[in-house]
Amino acid sequence: MSIYLNKDSKVIVQGITGGEGSKHTARMLAAGTQVVGGVNARKAGTTVSHTAQDGSAVELPVFGSVAEAMAETGADTSIVFVPPAFAKDAVIEAVDAGIGLLVVITEGIPVQDSAEFWAHAKAKGTTRIIGPNCPGIITPEESLVGITPANITGKGPIGLVSKSGTLTYQMMFELRDIGFSTAIGIGGDPIIGTTHIDALEAFEADPETKAIVMIGEIGGDAEERAADFIKANVTKPVVGYVAGFTAPEGKTMGHAGAIVSGSSGTAEAKQVALEAAGVKVGKTPSETARLMREVIESL
Amino acid sequence: MDLYEYQARDLFEQHGVPVLRGITADTPDEAQAAAAELGGGVVVVKAQVKTGGRGKAGGVKLAKSPEEAKAAAEAILGLDIKGHTVHRVMVAEGAAIKEEYYFSVLLDRANRSYLAMCSYEGGMEIEQLAEERPEALAKVEVDPSTGIDQAKAEEIVRAASFPEELVAKVAPVIVKLYGVFTGEDATLVEVNPLVLTEGGDVIALDGKITLDENAEFRHEAHAQLEDKAATNPLEAKAKAADLNYVKLDGQVGIIGNGAGLVMSTLDVVAYAGERHGGVKPANFLDIGGGASAQVMAAGLDVILNDEDVKSVFVNVFGGITACDEVANGIVKALEILGDEASKPLVVRLDGNNVEEGRRILADANHPLVTVVETMDEAADKAAELAAA
Repeated sequence: MSIYLNKDSKVIVQGITGGEGSKHTARMLAAGTQVVGGVNARKAGTTVSHTAQDGSAVELPVFGSVAEAMAETGADTSIVFVPPAFAKDAVIEAVDAGIGLLVVITEGIPVQDSAEFWAHAKAKGTTRIIGPNCPGIITPEESLVGITPANITGKGPIGLVSKSGTLTYQMMFELRDIGFSTAIGIGGDPIIGTTHIDALEAFEADPETKAIVMIGEIGGDAEERAADFIKANVTKPVVGYVAGFTAPEGKTMGHAGAIVSGSSGTAEAKQVALEAAGVKVGKTPSETARLMREVIESL
Repeated sequence: MDLYEYQARDLFEQHGVPVLRGITADTPDEAQAAAAELGGGVVVVKAQVKTGGRGKAGGVKLAKSPEEAKAAAEAILGLDIKGHTVHRVMVAEGAAIKEEYYFSVLLDRANRSYLAMCSYEGGMEIEQLAEERPEALAKVEVDPSTGIDQAKAEEIVRAASFPEELVAKVAPVIVKLYGVFTGEDATLVEVNPLVLTEGGDVIALDGKITLDENAEFRHEAHAQLEDKAATNPLEAKAKAADLNYVKLDGQVGIIGNGAGLVMSTLDVVAYAGERHGGVKPANFLDIGGGASAQVMAAGLDVILNDEDVKSVFVNVFGGITACDEVANGIVKALEILGDEASKPLVVRLDGNNVEEGRRILADANHPLVTVVETMDEAADKAAELAAA
């Protein structure tokens, strides 16, 4: 078991012919992902050449629309690599086509575009969006829909949800001997599709996940709300980490959503809320990994 | 990006929001000329600073003549308001105010939506109103796919308990303000106060706008709104090199890949600094996932030119990029920089091809570079070197 993504997921790539789309299509195939095609209206009817995990050559068809790609391939998952200016239309197209899982990697999408496509997806109610501005999702040894390095670690009992890409990789690396059920990077934008709470709920319900590590950072109150959710609904042990204790007020720290505004969004408030919910919060990434190791050993 | 009041006023005007005439002035003489240009009658001279509480700090003065406007500008220019020095004033037409209201529309992160806030009681600090009399502040969710039309604006105004005869007057202004919000890709548009004049006009007297920097690609004019004079020169240099850099006030320069990891690095360095004379991180710098030699060189160039920096901590996790490429990047960057590289570098690499990466740095044997295995130990070493 895993959450949201497994070896049977059939994946299309929106922006498959672009630089990033092409590079990561190759990586996803190498990780074992069932990439079944891509979308680019201007190159519909052509194919792109790649190499499958077993080394065999594959020709992936390029379709004119997400709906067509889904009808032809049976795809249930899509990943978006299109530039920020076109991301909103790409997301709305995929939502309208009824895709089940949509991973939006694109960084730098205007937040009003994200607000609009989120409102649209919410009203439609059939698409789970992960991102934008995220590293995507990986169920090790089964499927990767995103840009997370697939060779860090394998299957295991830890579920991971994080706002940050590199901290996800770091945590997977530190706990590579234990392994992960699924790791999700939900992204660092002010408006995102899948939240910490969504992932916590799914990990709680996933029998393969025995413990959860949750990585947050300054900005907004998602971690505080996740803490409330954990207190009321999560029985599995949760270990947390929050980045940005030393971030000054009013400065955006890399991620568009990572900003302390007045007294809201501070790392300290998040840590306090998580600890009050019984979450063990590490002071550094390595201490967090050590806390998780202790949790796993005590199970 | 937060705008100054006069910039907000200009954008309001462009979108048809009723505002009073206003002219900026950087000297008392300019203020006098501005007051004369506005007709020589009553004007208000207002400090242009990106913080609240101007009035209490003496940053807003009424002037009955151009001479008084000059005197007012003399008193205001150079004032320190909550750490912001006043370099510019706006001379605005005076108005006979009958009533003051409040309106804002903003991005609501928690609800992944927009939120309109409106009050029939304006003029005071809105945080204070929200705390003391929350019932006086109407909060109405705005669906991003439908926005604020006339009907929605009327709903907002009625929710704020405006008397019925004012609804038709105020609602159209709110529709226009929403036009500013979407038309300019703002994350906040706030008017405090929105006033009703003795003449019966509804006017945005003071405004605050925050723009979404991600949307700059579709707003060429926004680049001109940036306050270049107030931008730290190192930040300007980093921006020109397309680097994600924030200047802080410590002594340990930081380079890392990925926003989360860099934020985490700042924290770990600050903790280490507590053991080494209180040194702190000097900056935030995220060189992104694919750290090429050129990007590494550009990043080091910015950091090594920071006079406050005493040591540099390069913290990279090889995820998408492998550590050997990063190590080669560091070695090449030091070659490119030559004698300009004059401060000790502590490097921590982990992840893909880490052994090869460490070997490359060991072989290069650069006198300034120390390779440390873990992030915590590396932070400690960098802090120790900065304190020495």
